[in-house]
Amino acid sequence: MRSGMIAQKVGMTRVFGDDGRHVPVTVLKLEKNQVVAQRTTDRDGYTALQVGAGFAKAKNTSRAMRGHFAIAKVEPKRKLHEFRVSADNLIDVGAELTADHFVSGQHVDVSGTSIGKGFAGAMKRHNFKGLRATHGVSISHRSHGSTGQCQDPGKVFKGKKMAGHMGDVRVTTQNLEIVRTDVERGLLLIKGSVPGSKGGWVLIRDAIKKALPESVPFPGAFRLGEEETPKAADTETEAPAEEVVVEAAEETVTEAPAADNTKKDDA
Amino acid sequence: MNLIDQLNQEEIARVTEGKEIPEFAPGDTVRVNVKVVEGTRERIQAYEGVCIARMGGGLNQSFTVRKISNGEGVERVFPLYGPLIDNIKVVRRGRVRRAKLYYLRGRTGKSARIAEKKQDRSKAKKDGDA
Repeated sequence: MRSGMIAQKVGMTRVFGDDGRHVPVTVLKLEKNQVVAQRTTDRDGYTALQVGAGFAKAKNTSRAMRGHFAIAKVEPKRKLHEFRVSADNLIDVGAELTADHFVSGQHVDVSGTSIGKGFAGAMKRHNFKGLRATHGVSISHRSHGSTGQCQDPGKVFKGKKMAGHMGDVRVTTQNLEIVRTDVERGLLLIKGSVPGSKGGWVLIRDAIKKALPESVPFPGAFRLGEEETPKAADTETEAPAEEVVVEAAEETVTEAPAADNTKKDDA
Repeated sequence: MNLIDQLNQEEIARVTEGKEIPEFAPGDTVRVNVKVVEGTRERIQAYEGVCIARMGGGLNQSFTVRKISNGEGVERVFPLYGPLIDNIKVVRRGRVRRAKLYYLRGRTGKSARIAEKKQDRSKAKKDGDA
């Protein structure tokens, strides 16, 4: 089992094949997918990779997380997710996964949060038919019909499909084909649609219901950037410096109530 | 430019490599050479008629060509950047006053004619000089 990746949905477009067919594709952008931590059997009882993506400001990252990123020597990440991998597919911490991790023609499963639709009626939410347009139906043309039987059960069964909140749930679309990959720009072109809105974060994994092609790299396609090391060092030195600032701020906070007291005395 | 536009431009460049798409508008008579695959052999089939509509924009642009085939009106929609189009030739420029010539569907014979566009005088002069 290989690692997955975290990507941001950019939008959809089309790609023409030489046989004249056009393929609708979703463009996904990989924003610096880096391995932030490893989970190993000895320590954690299972094997997995924690992958981070995107860029977060250090000032908006909690101190605990700053410490976590500093150990991995990576810049603070916007998104973190763990992917279960087999022990032989563990990748070193700090390695940046690249778009050629997936090969064109391969099938993947993509998970994301679907677009929220708010409170939706039974027709929109469960494809109910609604009531008739005429024959005595008044006001309730789009309502659901009966919700159960009579006195015998005397209740509405749990799980009855009714109106309610629709969308904004985690959805996985299986067996989507990779059409093209772009390593330089970190783009994946996936055939068909992907759950979520533009700019939403999605997880891409090898399809569990399709065999992997042989050309797929093991344990994955990644680069161990040399330029990252100085940057990572920067963040390390940054972290203690900011701690000092925070402490200073705390001191001022402690002083502030004292000032308040004096004011009260004056009053 | 946003990423999707950029990808569309690249795709247009890739598809149109080595072929030129002429400028044409609704009302023009065009000959579209379409690649047809018969078994293993590929040949080119011409489809000539009046362009009655252009739809969409950029990579998604398509056009509709109408012709009368064996007394029956036939319309075919081509994607402008479709790889099956070998080339497009403009046979005649027509003068029309609307973008979609769907009114041609109800007409035959004399009333379905489109007047030829008179060449721009200044442009004609230039051509004459050259």
